[in-house]
Amino acid sequence: MKLILFIWRQQGADDPGKLVRYDTSEISAEMSFLEMLDVVNEGLVKDGKEPIAFDHDCREGICGTCSQVINGVPHGPQERTTVCQLHMRQFKDGDKIYIEPWRARAFPIVKDLIVDRSSLERVMQAGGYISVHTGCAPDANSILIRREDAETAMDAAECIGCGACVAACPNGSAMLFTAAKVTQFASLPQGQTEAKHRVCMMTEVMKHEGFGSCTNHYECQAVCPKGLKTSFIARLNREFLKALDSPEMPESFSGGFLNRGNPSR
Amino acid sequence: MRSFFKNLVGQKILMAVSGLFMTLFLTAHLLGNMTIYTGGLNAYAEQLHALVPLVWISRISMLTLLLLHIYFAIKLTLENRDAKPVGYAVSKNIRSTFASRNMIWSGLAVAIFIIYHLLHLTVPAASGSVSLDSMGRPDISGMVVEGFQGGLVAVIYLVSLLGLLLHIIHGIQSSFQSLGLSGEDAAPVIHRAGIIVALVLSAGFLSIPLIIFVGIVKG
Repeated sequence: MKLILFIWRQQGADDPGKLVRYDTSEISAEMSFLEMLDVVNEGLVKDGKEPIAFDHDCREGICGTCSQVINGVPHGPQERTTVCQLHMRQFKDGDKIYIEPWRARAFPIVKDLIVDRSSLERVMQAGGYISVHTGCAPDANSILIRREDAETAMDAAECIGCGACVAACPNGSAMLFTAAKVTQFASLPQGQTEAKHRVCMMTEVMKHEGFGSCTNHYECQAVCPKGLKTSFIARLNREFLKALDSPEMPESFSGGFLNRGNPSR
Repeated sequence: MRSFFKNLVGQKILMAVSGLFMTLFLTAHLLGNMTIYTGGLNAYAEQLHALVPLVWISRISMLTLLLLHIYFAIKLTLENRDAKPVGYAVSKNIRSTFASRNMIWSGLAVAIFIIYHLLHLTVPAASGSVSLDSMGRPDISGMVVEGFQGGLVAVIYLVSLLGLLLHIIHGIQSSFQSLGLSGEDAAPVIHRAGIIVALVLSAGFLSIPLIIFVGIVKG
């Protein structure tokens, strides 16, 4: 099939960047979206031009590395699917496809379609863990957990940290990502000790990194390749209310180790 | 507590609580207004005025909530725009609505309307410059009917109340989410209930200027 691609090209953070048109042929419906871009890049290399830079790793929909906004939708038109698992049969011969990078203050563009998502890592570092000696793997059922809670925790843990929620959010908020982590730990007994500290710190660092706040547009849920739900955000809000009386709430947030932070800030 | 107001979740909770209290006020206000249909508006107004301290407590708390709501609305809007400095060449909205994306503008319309509405009906009624009815009470009903005679006034109320509808159709259900009250099962129910409450409130308010304009209710 023949396609008309408009792809965001940007040399680096300081380059203004622009959409560049590429006309392709010999694209088969069986190709994945990234394989289609591989073909385009091979052509560019043959012509002595610079290939399009894009993030990819596992190409089987579990690593959360691929990150492209396709015709205005993060990860493209197919629901609950990452870019790498999107196939060209979703498109028709002669289609125009716009490919843009994740857009958010907290995700500065590195090159072309690649953005720096380390801000999500710093949100994780602020509280996305439990501080206990885990020792050996415990015996099965030595810690009893209600089945519903285990299921909720597993659903939340499905987050692959791709950042599509941020890319889709009109406010550039990482609320679904942060809420998934908070819900995952808050659902399990191991996560209780640091629950208050976690929700306060993770939301503080989220703001510090330049993410916006949630105004309940629910765009994140619509694009999440793992089908994470905004009910996790309601859970985060509940966890925050629980921390209201807590000395864990940081009086003033200095950033500490996070001061290295987002270079674009 | 200071850190609560500085946290972005804290600010959202503040928006939700202030918004819901104002919705409660709207509900009470609408129930009071409905007495115009039974001819009991003057009696209602007189009884309300007998409770002057309560009326003032309500006014001051509503004004405080309104100012907090406006302050954080502007603050959050500016911060959120700053968090998304560059948009997409092709953008597509899947779940967000016209109402959810334009809260700041529908809110501005409501804010302007509140000032107009206070000057139009509340200030004359409160200042005692209203003529008396046959029972010697301030004739609020007559003042309202007279106030809604002009076509321009009807249009201003129509447009403003549509702004209010747009604001609370997202606002009410959104508040429950911000307060963490919408779990996975409850969310769709709360979503629909919020929209229905918004529609009922707006239709109730809208009915008064429209029906008076059409001429069914007479002073």
